[in-house]
Amino acid sequence: MDFFDRFSIPPHDDPMLYASIVAIAIVSIAIVVGLTYFKKWGYLWNEWLTTVDHKRIGIMYIISALLMLFRGGADAVMMRLQTAVPDNTFLDAQHYNEVFTTHGVVMIIFMAMAFIIGMMNFVVPLQIGARDVAFPRLNALSFWLYFAGAMLFNLSFVVGGSPDAGWTNYYPLAGTDFSEHVGVNYYNWALQISGIGTLMTGINFIATIMKMRAPGMKLMKMPMFTWSALITNLIIVFAFPVLTIALLMGTFDRQFFTNFFTTSDGGMDMMWANLFWIWGHPEVYILILPAFGIYSQIISTFSQRNLYGYKSMVASMVVISLLSFLVWVHHFFTMGQGAVANSIFSITTMAIAVPTGIKIFNWLLTMWKGKIRFTTPMMYSVAFIPLFTIGGVTGVMLAMASADYQYHNTMFLVAHFHNVIIPGVVFAMIAGLIYYWPKMFGFMLNERIGKWAFWNIVIGFCLAFFPMYITGLNGQARRMYTYSESTGFGPLSMVSFIGALLLAVGFVLIVYNVYYSFRHAPRNVGDDPWNARSLEWATHNPVPEYNFAITPNVNSEEAFWDYKKNGHDLFKGKIEDIHMPNNSGWSIIFAGIFFVFGFCFVFHVWAGVIIAFLGIIGCMIYRSFEKDDGHHIHKEEIEETEKKFGGAK
Amino acid sequence: MKLKWTYLAFLAGIASLLAGCEPLLVLNPKGPQAETTANVIWISIITMSVIVIVVLVMLTVILLKYRASKQDPDYEPPHIEGNKYLEGIIVGIPIIIVAFLSVVSATSTHQVENPPEGYDADEPLVIYASSSNWKWHFSYPEQDIETVNYVFIPTNQNVEFRLYSHGTISSFWVPQLAGQKYAMADMTNYLNVVAEEPGEYVGRNSNFNGEGFAENDFTVTAMAPSEFDSWVEDIHNTAEPLTEEKFEELLEPGHLGRMTFTGTHQDFKPAPEGENSPHHHGSSDSEDDGEHHHH
Amino acid sequence: MKHDSNLPLEYSTETNEMNILGFWIFLGAEIMLFATLFTTYFVYVDRGVGNGPAGSEIFELTPVMIETILLLTSSFTIGLAVHAMRINRVKAMIGFMIVTLLLGAGFISLEVYEFIHYYHEGATLQTSGFTAILLTTLGTHGAHVTLGLFWGIMIIIQTLRNGLNARTANKSFIFSLYWHFLDVMWIFIFSFIYLKGMM
Repeated sequence: MDFFDRFSIPPHDDPMLYASIVAIAIVSIAIVVGLTYFKKWGYLWNEWLTTVDHKRIGIMYIISALLMLFRGGADAVMMRLQTAVPDNTFLDAQHYNEVFTTHGVVMIIFMAMAFIIGMMNFVVPLQIGARDVAFPRLNALSFWLYFAGAMLFNLSFVVGGSPDAGWTNYYPLAGTDFSEHVGVNYYNWALQISGIGTLMTGINFIATIMKMRAPGMKLMKMPMFTWSALITNLIIVFAFPVLTIALLMGTFDRQFFTNFFTTSDGGMDMMWANLFWIWGHPEVYILILPAFGIYSQIISTFSQRNLYGYKSMVASMVVISLLSFLVWVHHFFTMGQGAVANSIFSITTMAIAVPTGIKIFNWLLTMWKGKIRFTTPMMYSVAFIPLFTIGGVTGVMLAMASADYQYHNTMFLVAHFHNVIIPGVVFAMIAGLIYYWPKMFGFMLNERIGKWAFWNIVIGFCLAFFPMYITGLNGQARRMYTYSESTGFGPLSMVSFIGALLLAVGFVLIVYNVYYSFRHAPRNVGDDPWNARSLEWATHNPVPEYNFAITPNVNSEEAFWDYKKNGHDLFKGKIEDIHMPNNSGWSIIFAGIFFVFGFCFVFHVWAGVIIAFLGIIGCMIYRSFEKDDGHHIHKEEIEETEKKFGGAK
Repeated sequence: MKLKWTYLAFLAGIASLLAGCEPLLVLNPKGPQAETTANVIWISIITMSVIVIVVLVMLTVILLKYRASKQDPDYEPPHIEGNKYLEGIIVGIPIIIVAFLSVVSATSTHQVENPPEGYDADEPLVIYASSSNWKWHFSYPEQDIETVNYVFIPTNQNVEFRLYSHGTISSFWVPQLAGQKYAMADMTNYLNVVAEEPGEYVGRNSNFNGEGFAENDFTVTAMAPSEFDSWVEDIHNTAEPLTEEKFEELLEPGHLGRMTFTGTHQDFKPAPEGENSPHHHGSSDSEDDGEHHHH
Repeated sequence: MKHDSNLPLEYSTETNEMNILGFWIFLGAEIMLFATLFTTYFVYVDRGVGNGPAGSEIFELTPVMIETILLLTSSFTIGLAVHAMRINRVKAMIGFMIVTLLLGAGFISLEVYEFIHYYHEGATLQTSGFTAILLTTLGTHGAHVTLGLFWGIMIIIQTLRNGLNARTANKSFIFSLYWHFLDVMWIFIFSFIYLKGMM
């Protein structure tokens, strides 16, 4: 029985936990039964699980991101509930620590990253007029590795215990001396596996954007979202290997008793903090730059004007990406590296405000002299500008090293980064999802419900996070599971909790909107429901498998607008056979083996580790010998599809 | 619509709540270091407010003026590329603001990293503040006493806290006296603190360090130097000596109330500085390690 | 598949070109990976020794010199293999690839010997921060070489089976990039870890 003891859930027993286990089991059984009853296993396997189509992979990323949003959101509501009143006993300290740790990891790695990569997957090949990404099979593998990592991480909740050292996972707290159970092992392996997937995405999209643009689309004629994707993926390729190594060292420390981050035998706990943030700060820009790209598309579309200052938009992103690697020390000004080092990093950090400011003003100037339509995506974009500005300026405040000694580790900091990530990344992803929804599914989401959700989310956000600036300045440290009444944090924390509830209502409304619109929305929305401008709108809704029947011929960053208004001849050629990659179950099987490998490693089940490792090698050998030249979609078939959509484009 | 008014009433409620509050700890300094940071915070809040207001005003005007419902249905927005001068302005002004704040940041950081002006002539009172899960141990080497979870300091004298940890990274923070700094196991950090007003100040570990983190706090009591001296004398008359076994017991994870001892644990378990630093190499630079903080 | 006869075989299709570009980007990521290891090494080499041995106490010049010569030579022979491929001499190409892999195997054997030596000197993964990063850096490089050995064998089998075509040429060329890259990383290891450590 000793063998099975390791899978139990130390160190606390909680009825809620068992309730969740039962709920997870019931939902899983329901899914299996449902798929069997409706005979959908074949459909699921052939059309989705084995797909290499960038659009479907994108949609799977986004669905996973939404699932993770609800997991992380539930964590958030639990935290706010626990701290809503002084001396609350809803969660104990250990449980609270696990909840805020998983909240952070799930939201950053498994929600936000998946959302932006999903959006890039769906939009980028369409925006550059490509048939797919450079390496479709690798793309599927990226997704399934991400998914394996996400599932492994979530499994920690019911098998063995969740990580409890914060999403920053500082050593020695994260070492075995202070966090004995397997939680942090899960952290290491879940991030490692999904990180490999992300790195592959980075390579894939750089190659795609560099090599597969439609004829005539020079670099400076790419739509802004594609530009943001290119720069983001460059950052991914240069930042993620640092995380790979840091996690490897953490794994060695915890599982092979090395002394990388211990405080004896030459280990340095500060090294983890450095490596983590050398990856971690660029990671912030990996999240925000695609969001900037989405806003650029939406603001331009609904102001019915071209994007102002295209060149300075591109230049500012390049500058941001370079600076993002030169600021990591601002995450620990208080570590004692002295006034000179702190001043240098203080200045590099504040310098980022300049290119970011350029972008804010360029968006404002895009709306200037425009003809602004307040659709739901545009409302998110309009709310983003002032809210993100507040988040940005509090960032400048935090960048002042001397003042940071007072903000660091407090709710002020928590308020700041939620203030940039929620209006920055989350609003952008929701806005992008609504904007591209007709492209994905061929119908629109209901605007009325969408606006209700919007108001709940925006007001909920303000109520949840603005009070934290104040309690932070009043001395409330972050990550405290409770506080006494005499601190005076009570009333404002209650306000935060109410804000969190409104946010939750807003997100539920978004899901309801999907259901409602699926049932009731008209299906004949046409190919250009928003009167949009960039190339992705030049094909049909929903997009056919091959994207464009004829490879478009591009003359500017607003090729579709020029086609509509200025008589640009977008589709010069005629329909020919199109070469497409084949579906393959290889990716999901490979990632499944990785999952087993990670799981066995977490629990030191070495026999399993070895078997899974041999499986991984086997998959790679199989792939090396595999010959798969893809297939052709024939001309007649394409013509027929195009006819259904009402004429070739 | 009703909902909107509820929200507004709610916001008004918060505002009135704030107006009735005590001044926020960080903005209510009781010593020169915290005062410097409070000033920096005010300078940055004011500067940043200007930017927020400019953006808000521009956004409001643009939204009101250029919304589709207010315009001629035939209006076709023009195609406008960037404009050199306009873009020069939106780059130039932020650069000026950032340059100004950079100067403020660098000078103030230099100030708070050193003994405050006017208190730098005399030798500081040295107190080792070391953390263990989830307690603070204060050793007074000169006075030869040690306290747990509370610390007494004389007013108007520079106190040099030497910070380190017996385990996890923690952060020593007394918001009304000075900004925080990390206490770590493999190096000693130095924090200069002066209290100009007598009183009791809350202090805590602000860096998450596990299960007992929320209660990982202490109090700082500032008092006239004469009172401080008689307090030290009292301890020598009444308290038990701190033995090595006792100290090991104290280090066990958990919470302790306030405790007082004669003698310090520096005698048998010295701080990680100078030749006791685990990253120490060779004897030649031990002096540098131990002395650099005085400058 | 479109073929362009003006280009070398390994670049001849769009897929091939894409693979080569993708691999270059991957090497960019690999450079960051090794850079992280080197940076950590440079921090720990002075400050992470603890009670364990320093580099100068455990490094042995002779095996390291032989390892270096083996790997440098193998980088030369893989170059010859690619050259043979370009002039369409399959037998010579495979011969040089086999020589390359044998040299690589020799390198790995010596590295294993080196690790055993460190173990006997009391420098294990667990000894100190310094030994941990030393062995992790060498081990990461060694693992790359080992992977390369298996990868090379796969390519030789495929070239023997299917002859030299766009696909095998592309794989061989990419393999040569990988092998050169490992050689460059080794030169860094040799100069900044061994030579600097022994001085």
